[in-house]
Amino acid sequence: MFLRLLSDVRWRAANPKWRRMTCSWRSTSSTAEPHPVSLPAQAQVVICGGGIMGTSVAYHLSKMGWTDIVLLEQGRLAAGTTRFCAGIVSAARHVSIELKMADYSNKLYQQLEQETGVKTGYMKTGSISLAQTQDRLISLKRIASSLNVMGIPCEIITPKQVAQLHPLINIHDLVGAMYVPEDALVSSANVSLALATAASRNGVQIHERTSVSHVSVQKGCVTGVETDRGPIQCQYFVNCAGQWAYELGHSGEETVNIPLHACEHFYLLTHPLKEPLASNLPTIVDPDGRIYIRNWQGGILSGGFEKNPKPLFTEGRNQLEIQNLQEDWDHFEPLLSALLRRMPDLEALQIMQLVNCPESFTPDMRCIMGESPTVRGYFVLAGMNSAGISYGGGAGKYLAEWMVNGYPSENVWPLDLKRFGTLQSSRTFLRHRVMEVMPLMCDLKVPRWDFQTGRQLRTSPLYDRLDAQGARWMEKHGFERVKYFVPPGKDLLDLDQSKTFYKPDWFDIVGSEVKCCKEAVCVIDMSSFTKFEISSTGDQALESLQYLFSNDLDVPVGHVVHTGMLNEKGGYENDCSIARLSKRSFFMISPTDQQVHCWAWLKNRLPDDSNLTMEDVTWKYTALNLIGPRAVDVLSELSYAPITPEHFPSLFCKEMSVGYANGIRVMSITHTGEPGFMLYIPIEYALHVYNEVMNMGQKYGIRNAGYYALRSLRIEKFFAFWGQDLDAFTTPMECGREFQVKLEKGMQFVGQEALLEQKQNGVYKRFTMFILEDHDTDMDLWPWWGEPIFRNGRYVGKTTSSAYSYTLERHVCLGFVQHFDEKTGEELVVTTDFINQGEYEIDIAGQRFQAKAKLYPFSSLFTHRRRKDEVELSGYQRE
Amino acid sequence: MLAASCCDRRMCVCPGPRRIAIPVRSSRLPLLSDAMPAPAHLFPLIRNCEISRICSTVCYCHHKHLCCLSSHFAHSHFRYAPQKKFAALCRPKENFNHFIHVRDYASTPQRFYLTPPQVNSILKANEYSFKVPEFDGKNVSSVLGFDSNQLPANAPIEDRRSAATCLQTRGMLLGVFDGHAGCACAQAVSERLFYYIAVSLLPHETLLEIENAVESGRALLPILQWHKHPNDYFSKEASKLYFNSLRTYWQELIDLNSGETTDVKEALINAFKRLDNDISLEAQVGDPNSFLNYLVLRVAFSGATACVAHVDGVNLHIANTGDSRAMLGVQEEDGSWSAVNLSYDHNAQNEHEVERVKMEHPKSEEKSLVKQDRLLGLLMPFRAFGDVKFKWSIELQKRVVESGPDQLNDNEYTKFIPPNYHTPPYLTAEPEVIHHKLRPQDKFLVLATDGLWETMHRQDVARIVGEYLTGVHHQQPIAVGGYKVTLGQMHGLLTERRARISSVFEDQNAATHLIRHAVGNNEFGTVDHERLSKMLSLPEELARMYRDDITIIVVQFNSHVIGACQNEEL
Repeated sequence: MFLRLLSDVRWRAANPKWRRMTCSWRSTSSTAEPHPVSLPAQAQVVICGGGIMGTSVAYHLSKMGWTDIVLLEQGRLAAGTTRFCAGIVSAARHVSIELKMADYSNKLYQQLEQETGVKTGYMKTGSISLAQTQDRLISLKRIASSLNVMGIPCEIITPKQVAQLHPLINIHDLVGAMYVPEDALVSSANVSLALATAASRNGVQIHERTSVSHVSVQKGCVTGVETDRGPIQCQYFVNCAGQWAYELGHSGEETVNIPLHACEHFYLLTHPLKEPLASNLPTIVDPDGRIYIRNWQGGILSGGFEKNPKPLFTEGRNQLEIQNLQEDWDHFEPLLSALLRRMPDLEALQIMQLVNCPESFTPDMRCIMGESPTVRGYFVLAGMNSAGISYGGGAGKYLAEWMVNGYPSENVWPLDLKRFGTLQSSRTFLRHRVMEVMPLMCDLKVPRWDFQTGRQLRTSPLYDRLDAQGARWMEKHGFERVKYFVPPGKDLLDLDQSKTFYKPDWFDIVGSEVKCCKEAVCVIDMSSFTKFEISSTGDQALESLQYLFSNDLDVPVGHVVHTGMLNEKGGYENDCSIARLSKRSFFMISPTDQQVHCWAWLKNRLPDDSNLTMEDVTWKYTALNLIGPRAVDVLSELSYAPITPEHFPSLFCKEMSVGYANGIRVMSITHTGEPGFMLYIPIEYALHVYNEVMNMGQKYGIRNAGYYALRSLRIEKFFAFWGQDLDAFTTPMECGREFQVKLEKGMQFVGQEALLEQKQNGVYKRFTMFILEDHDTDMDLWPWWGEPIFRNGRYVGKTTSSAYSYTLERHVCLGFVQHFDEKTGEELVVTTDFINQGEYEIDIAGQRFQAKAKLYPFSSLFTHRRRKDEVELSGYQRE
Repeated sequence: MLAASCCDRRMCVCPGPRRIAIPVRSSRLPLLSDAMPAPAHLFPLIRNCEISRICSTVCYCHHKHLCCLSSHFAHSHFRYAPQKKFAALCRPKENFNHFIHVRDYASTPQRFYLTPPQVNSILKANEYSFKVPEFDGKNVSSVLGFDSNQLPANAPIEDRRSAATCLQTRGMLLGVFDGHAGCACAQAVSERLFYYIAVSLLPHETLLEIENAVESGRALLPILQWHKHPNDYFSKEASKLYFNSLRTYWQELIDLNSGETTDVKEALINAFKRLDNDISLEAQVGDPNSFLNYLVLRVAFSGATACVAHVDGVNLHIANTGDSRAMLGVQEEDGSWSAVNLSYDHNAQNEHEVERVKMEHPKSEEKSLVKQDRLLGLLMPFRAFGDVKFKWSIELQKRVVESGPDQLNDNEYTKFIPPNYHTPPYLTAEPEVIHHKLRPQDKFLVLATDGLWETMHRQDVARIVGEYLTGVHHQQPIAVGGYKVTLGQMHGLLTERRARISSVFEDQNAATHLIRHAVGNNEFGTVDHERLSKMLSLPEELARMYRDDITIIVVQFNSHVIGACQNEEL
């Protein structure tokens, strides 16, 4: 009986027209009958999964003109997680792309009933997120800031106002709340059915009770799917199988890793109150109590994210088992306590049911979308972390754009499947990680948070040495990296207590590391960076790279080139340093999380030529970054090769011996703008070279440093990092890196046209550095990233990264400034004058701080200027 | 010491006129009795056979009034060699003074209780848990893991425990060992027995490989992975000696190569017998190193029982020698718990065992064989390792003792020959082996020394461990069904359930939980903190009178794996 409680079954009768059109669906719905409508032999797109994701993708694809689509569902439409979903559409999200998806979904669902005639139960109720602590309120204020600049109404309200908006709430322990009036409730199953209806009208074929056994792949491209009712040939396959997406990805010969894992999720349904609750009563989210509460048929629906989640289907199961999941009241007890604490008047309310509805979670709490790095034409949209209904519309739209246009209309890198590698696909890893992720849904999201599970997977050979010296670790792409070194005798706060939006406890520690980098020399283990070697028998390597990269790579052997790997629109797909090792071979260094993305990008674009080879040598080298004015002295003592600036200018690469070890690739770059060297050491020599460097460096005051110091250094020098500041929608022109582009290098390269056009017409956003003026480092909230930037009181963009500059003794934020027409809101060209002639403010959790904008780094910072860093930096001055 | 030397429940060898131990303690002394022996009653009681009873009463009284007992009370005369003790018994006056002394204290009664955290720290000092590591989210072993713990009564404790995973064959070994007349034998058996078993189980090729490795000085394949509590030590000095004996054993196995696959039952029996034989031989041969020489003699002259489990998939073998016990916890379909014995005690209560002993000796000895429920009137277990006093001929015993070190020669116990000692050996280490095929309803196995079994019935053990292990998961889940339940009612119910569970989860270790019950249970079968506190406050000298050493291993089985194995076999 309950199976249909959340969805309204009558819609079908109300739409006889639709019923006729989709006879295949109707007839397959009745269980006894055999399938009268056979599957088509081929289609352009096959979508697997008839939940909110699958129907949304079908809807958007069909709207964009792709109609040769088959949607397959193993059970019935909207019968999986979608049916059980609580149906809350909320834009209160931390990540800006998620926020945009939720906003779009809301607008889509609002007009869906009108468009399709299917009742979706859409009701604009608004939502109130409660704060029991000041830190929580800060967190809400940050969201409120970004919602407001997006044009989504939102306000921070007092507990009293909360009481006025919702009669049942106990407000005594609240310090404030955030009210988002546009948030809505829907019947999620019906939204899904409405999308299916519309898609079906546009020609999408929907087949229920058809399961995909595996996807056929030839030469790295999708060729078709095998189902229990026969094969279908297709060019595109979309895996929207929800919590079964992992298994489906592993079912074919060519594995597609989709790292997600299901956890049981409980919510409570009650009978109506004596005086039934109004259906427009706002939804309550009480993250400190780990619960959400919405009105439901005069009663309430309340669930939450407990601290001790129960992962399930680790070994993979049959979908049928979803129906049989048990209610677990003992497990729900903490959430029930929180509910009664929040709404004490509900004590007398009668229970209807405790629903157990599995949700799938991903290793980083963000959903998974995009094309498989290994199989072309294999798209994925899954892992919604229990926000499927909020993201459904937007996610489906972006994926459809991606498939039709080749790229989505927004930067979706934070959600891209390619941010994961095979290493995140261990079932044990996923099981452990989702047990950490699910409670995090309600935990305070503070800057610099690191996952605690699934750690120590990839490590440098120096891990133990560094750990013994007080290293504190963070993880990127499974790789352990040092944050900073805690000096002996000094203790930092416990992990839980160290959560703060203010000045962190490691402030002085990192300060002294930065000072050492500036005045003496530091060693940072940077082995996590992705390293490829590309070589060929003839000129193929050079030719291909010249085409794929924007800078001129035809440089003398031994030179290092900073260059972007651009897409057709001139945006950065990757930002890397390439050393020319010989006439025919190149060594390419890119950010850590580029390992999968960059590999796939190059693999798909390099000519299929056996004389051209590309190898991932990330694991073969340990990278030590020697930063500081005395780096040259340390290295001189360890090698007979002359490394004075005359012999070893900046942006040079030489293979030489260090200590006893031979074949060390030494490059005069540091990724920070400081003088120094990167040492790429074959891993078996890593310990030896490290020991030698530390011994020899003693008299120069050498010490270990971590990534926090590096970050502070690079941000105060206005160095942009890919993945943080740069993305596929940013061109070199927009971030002051025209000097890294050789528009007239004598041959075409990817993105050239777009860049030429930008050079001619100007740019629409500009990477800018902001120095916070009236910000008190000790007392004020620290900037993080994503803070709105205001110019003369008007919103012009957002920050992308920030750090405290120990040299300037000020906070530095990096971000993009846009120029919106005051009347029309149209985007205008951003000129240097526009940047320079404004008064700027940065909004940190609702509080605005004055900021000074700069387009070029401070030159006065470089007190220890040497010849080589003049070369490295000269590019910035050239424009 | 008082208790241990004069009235070890297991064996009394006081060379007094009757040389018979009177078991001082019924399974439990009434702790709160108000009886206080008047001095006047004492004189008539001072007969050698009664003296221990008096001592115990005195001790008990003292305890009652002053739990925190200073060690001086343990009268020096009582503590030393039996000879001196006997002398002491002949000086009633001194004893009498002593009692008077006690009475002085009694006039100012003080109550002393350990606080719950103190109690916990005592109970948890020796606890150990091992979880079979999961691989990729799965555990393919039929064993989920085990909890073990021991609570000393003797000082030092005479119980030992061992647990190890066989690395060259499949399966896991777990065992409890109860020593008597010192801990030397139990220690040696706990270190060595599993190696003997593992070697007995090894296929011929592996044995050859190992022998070749030793021969050519290459690294040896590890045979066992031990799971040890930091307090479970191995003797460094004797390792070479032990290794050589073990090597001789496998060399013989290689020579004997029968070509047949090893039967676990046979392997267990062979290993037990072989180790006991080696212990005996090492003592006869001696060792040039005087420390080692004394050690092997102490090992041989003390004794130990052993109860060992070998789990491999659904096959569970229990090899038992002596009066420790193995018990299987079975969950019935209705969720209740029942106990299945997987071993027979080898003592006077076991008719078959008495029968066996009588069969092995001439009819003329029938009457002297078992007296006061003891073998030859001395030894409670009818099977044991070591105890060469019950195995060697009189001549051999004399020869070894005389040629042995002075410490041994001076020891009255070793010199003393059991009465009616005509046709040795009277004692064997051969185990009785029981094979059991694990079923999904078999949830756990308890191995414990008699210290546990004499305080608790196995049915209670099954229930307590079963309820502990399943905890909340098998507490009847609440389902709302069609009933009218309000949120408030449900909340009250859940809070109450949680409170109940949290008291159970005070212990993280099933063995600790069981010990808590064994020591602290009142007549209603629930833990009485006051009682627990008193029992644990007993000073070393007295503890032995109220309880024996307790050693427990609780092995938890993986019903999923067992069920899967069963299905495969079907």
